[in-house]
Amino acid sequence: MLKVYPFFLEAAWITILLAVLTAVLGLICGALGAAARLSRFAFLRFLGAAYVSVIRGTPALIQLFILYFGGPQIGIQLDAFEAGVIGLGVNAGAYMTETIRGAIISIDKGQREASRTLGLSQWQTMYKVILPQSARLMVRPLGVNINALIKATALVAAISVVELTYTAQRYIGSTYKPFEMFLLAGVLYMIIIYVTGRGVAWLDRKVQIT
Amino acid sequence: MTDPSHFVEIRHAQKSFGALEVLKDISLTVERGQIVGIIGSSGSGKSTLLRAINDLDPLTGGEVWLDGVQVNQKLSHRKYEKHINQMRQQVGMVFQHFNLFPHMTARENVTMAPLMLKGISKEEANTLAKEQLDKVGMLERIDYYPSQLSGGQKQRVAIARALAMKPKLMLFDEATSALDPELVEEVNLVMRKLAEEHMTMIIVTHEMDFAASVCDRVLFMDQGVVVEEGPPDVLFRNPTQPRTREFLRKHLEGAK
Repeated sequence: MLKVYPFFLEAAWITILLAVLTAVLGLICGALGAAARLSRFAFLRFLGAAYVSVIRGTPALIQLFILYFGGPQIGIQLDAFEAGVIGLGVNAGAYMTETIRGAIISIDKGQREASRTLGLSQWQTMYKVILPQSARLMVRPLGVNINALIKATALVAAISVVELTYTAQRYIGSTYKPFEMFLLAGVLYMIIIYVTGRGVAWLDRKVQIT
Repeated sequence: MTDPSHFVEIRHAQKSFGALEVLKDISLTVERGQIVGIIGSSGSGKSTLLRAINDLDPLTGGEVWLDGVQVNQKLSHRKYEKHINQMRQQVGMVFQHFNLFPHMTARENVTMAPLMLKGISKEEANTLAKEQLDKVGMLERIDYYPSQLSGGQKQRVAIARALAMKPKLMLFDEATSALDPELVEEVNLVMRKLAEEHMTMIIVTHEMDFAASVCDRVLFMDQGVVVEEGPPDVLFRNPTQPRTREFLRKHLEGAK
């Protein structure tokens, strides 16, 4: 039993790395998605809306399978880890698109009017008035998105990325102890999520308007 | 197109929201240094008219001119943006609900636009903030956030914020309507001070006494038209139109 710990710790690092890269890619996709959905160009709004409904309308596992197993057929060659990060990142991005868009449109329209009336441009208004206020509203719901994506990293076990879930499955074969193996993986997930949650709560407190 | 000789000129302003026509062919001129009040019941179109002056609610027909330049020009998006930002820098606007930026202190609210648009230095911005906040009696609250201020104090900071851009015209959209009665006077006082300095102002208001005492001219609007206009002592004491009389009578009863 003790012999498996180092492998689990290593696998936990892979899970953390996956989660961090997925979160970064998700935030980028989310910001772009929200910008598209709020664009004054109908075509971009359509693209943004299509992205969100396609991704949220299909299982993440199917998306990963299409990317990893189906990809080579259309000339996309990715190793399992790359496919995992891209698949999960694009998936998380769709949820973050809605989070970011929601936080932006929830700012009272009087704020935009006051800023535009002073002579600030659309971009200056976005950057100086809207985003600083909506960023504060985004922290907690983005934290929820990140919580979900950490757990979703377990899916990439299905495309053989050696992260926590895959490692647990692998050592069941040699130890015949599924209860302990999955429990150990679960505890490690819980630690990662707990620490992340504390981080989000800290950030949320820090950005609140005094 | 003749060059308008008036400081503010609204020509045949028309505005529809779908089938609803809220402004019906309104023409209006305001001269430099004049103070014009607009009264009327809710839904009369008075706020819409005011907001058309800086194109916040673009007209569906007609023209708005400020100091010889047409405000609501039909331009490509890019050119319009550049043009309108230029125009709006010259027009201060004060809103019913203050619309102060909650993530900025009074000082930052006042200096943000001048810092971004006028390229002034930090020191100049500091002097400007002190000067403008002093003018509205809010200097001792310079580093307070809007959430730490009363309604009247917020509105005074909002006025200072607009004044910091050194506008040549100030628009007031029911600046005291959202205030508790005891806080109205401190805002009115600031507006009176601006009147003494001969600031050109267009004031949409529900306060007849205030309009009567500061305005050179008052317009009564109803259902998208200017029913009657004139000097306050004439309009308030001897209105010629039945609708004006009716409105003033109801208002007087309400005030009792």
